[in-house]
Amino acid sequence: MPKLLPKTIDETQALLAKGDYVAERSLATSLFLSLAMQRPLFLEGEAGVGKTEIAKVLATALDRELIRLQCYEGLDIAQAAYEWNYSRQMIEIRLAEASGEKSKEKLAADIYSEKFLIKRALAKALEGHSPVLLIDELDRTDEPFEAYLLEVLSDWQITIPETGTLRAKEPPLVVITSNRTREIHDAVKRRCFYHWVDYPDAKRELEILRRKAPKASAALSKEVVAFVQRLRKSDLFKLPGVAETIDWANCLVALDRVALDPETVNNTLGVLLKYRDDLERVAGEEAARLVGEAKAAAAA
Amino acid sequence: MNQGRLPENVVHFTRLLRAAGLRIGPDRAIDAVRALEIAGAHRREDWYWTMSAVLLSREQQRPIFDQAFNIFWRDPKLAERMMSLMLPKAHGRAPKPEEQQSQRLTDALYHQKNQSEKEQERIELEARLTFSSREVLQRMDFDTMSAAELTEARRMLSELRLPLPVIRTRRFEKKISGIRIDLRKTLQESLRKGGDVIPLVRAAPRELHPPLVVLCDISGSMNPYSRMFLHFLHAITNDRDRVSVFVFGTRLTNITRQLRHRDVDVAMTRVAEAIKDWSGGTRIGGSLREFNYKWARRVLGQNACVLLVSDGLDRDAGEGLAGEMERLSKSCRFLVWLNPLLRYEKFEARPAGVRAMLPFVDLFLPVHNLKSLVDLAKAINGPMVRTRQEMRQWT
Repeated sequence: MPKLLPKTIDETQALLAKGDYVAERSLATSLFLSLAMQRPLFLEGEAGVGKTEIAKVLATALDRELIRLQCYEGLDIAQAAYEWNYSRQMIEIRLAEASGEKSKEKLAADIYSEKFLIKRALAKALEGHSPVLLIDELDRTDEPFEAYLLEVLSDWQITIPETGTLRAKEPPLVVITSNRTREIHDAVKRRCFYHWVDYPDAKRELEILRRKAPKASAALSKEVVAFVQRLRKSDLFKLPGVAETIDWANCLVALDRVALDPETVNNTLGVLLKYRDDLERVAGEEAARLVGEAKAAAAA
Repeated sequence: MNQGRLPENVVHFTRLLRAAGLRIGPDRAIDAVRALEIAGAHRREDWYWTMSAVLLSREQQRPIFDQAFNIFWRDPKLAERMMSLMLPKAHGRAPKPEEQQSQRLTDALYHQKNQSEKEQERIELEARLTFSSREVLQRMDFDTMSAAELTEARRMLSELRLPLPVIRTRRFEKKISGIRIDLRKTLQESLRKGGDVIPLVRAAPRELHPPLVVLCDISGSMNPYSRMFLHFLHAITNDRDRVSVFVFGTRLTNITRQLRHRDVDVAMTRVAEAIKDWSGGTRIGGSLREFNYKWARRVLGQNACVLLVSDGLDRDAGEGLAGEMERLSKSCRFLVWLNPLLRYEKFEARPAGVRAMLPFVDLFLPVHNLKSLVDLAKAINGPMVRTRQEMRQWT
């Protein structure tokens, strides 16, 4: 039996914390509202700030099934919602012929019964005890698919022309994420609660590291966070996300470092920065300067 | 007014409004006539509100409607003469531009002139597309835009197929010579026929125009062209999906939302308000950098094509330009550079900016006037190109 939904914002925050997700008050509020009012939660933000993680943590913490729909360009109904099992249908037609079935209507009704329906993520999410439905990176798909989602997100139903309507008894908990590589249509956003997931501040990032990279010493974590926070203030093409911070801390642990030094930073900078221009800009003097600043800040 | 003349006059009036850019079909004209009969509008005020109720569909259209109404119904005889007889002399009796009559309406009134006069208009337009020192205005007066320019731009657009590639999507559509069998449709067809015959329904990948991103230079040296381009861009923005338009001089401005307004006058006014660096210097490198950092990831998804409209004359002498061009080229599917200076046969890639940009473009084309665009469209009548190599053959 899945756990009950949180009843207050505090409970929501605690629920996420239990799943090692350090959430801001604003995020907890949006999430709480979306759960309480049965509306999808629309999360937008840069890559690596923990949007997908929210859905995963939610599913684990509430003990519900996580159904993930990874979006991509050209995603269509057959891959996202449902598909008919054509080969079985063909066989069924032949069998009907062999047994001398004459009624067209009966044949059609048989062919399009539920046993020939292959349910994909969206259709699956409409059955069962409100699973968590994660629609990941919605911006990667195209407008026609967004339009198709409208029916699912507002009425919790899918219309199948051959049979009728698939309706959810218990609506799923929906989390939609977008990297904002394009604007999602207002019609989708209007049905959701919107939250912009930002980079965490130093305090929260330190807390995240404490949970996600527990092997890193407190001193090292402090320096790592101070360094990354400073890096995010510089003029880079792609700022490092939280995921990168965690990776970097774990890398430093794997290299048996207990404190930052310019050489190690230079050698491991590729974990934080993934563009050549950015690397060129930071490696060397700039990195050394940032290390100095970060150490001073961590010591303070 | 003589009842028998009423429909005729209403039709003239709706034609005038239509010529001024309002979308009014014959159905509205019929409605207007009936409404006037039913309302029994004897007072001018009643007349006005009846017409406005029937003919307007948005409040933004009211300014045009007001002007047209005042001119047309103040002296129906005058308007009638203008519209039906098209006497050039009527020009003298028309309100002067000082009376704040929009250029668009003036043009709409005198639209149906004879052919030779049309030719003259064309020549006038061509003349405007050359460099001229008179047009060094810091902020452009968009109100003086002429309907001739508008219709020309529209006509151009309807003929114009930019040599932009189509992309094959992963979605399928029904097609007789398709490469794949659509099992769902096949089964449906089969059942419709009783299940004895299975007619194969084929499908092929759907081809789409990719999103289009336009980066238009509006610096001083581009001034004679940028205005026409803005009209052109307005038409494209309203004609197809997924178009984003940016203009740059010393900084980058996103004018997509402003251009989305269907009424070109309103759109241009909004654009003029949004642009702060009209006819100034150019910092191509800086502007492209701003685009790459702030917008590229948001608008260049899904195989977007970039149309860069610029003369390549850079105030910073091409500093940092190559790097930004490289990034732009690598983050989009095709990069087309439209350059008005290419009209000169002796054009050489001598300025530092041009040399820095040229290696990264897939297609380099002249666009100095309407004709060059139309010629280009005519020349490219073949199938749409699909690869960078195919595109480069045009250069």
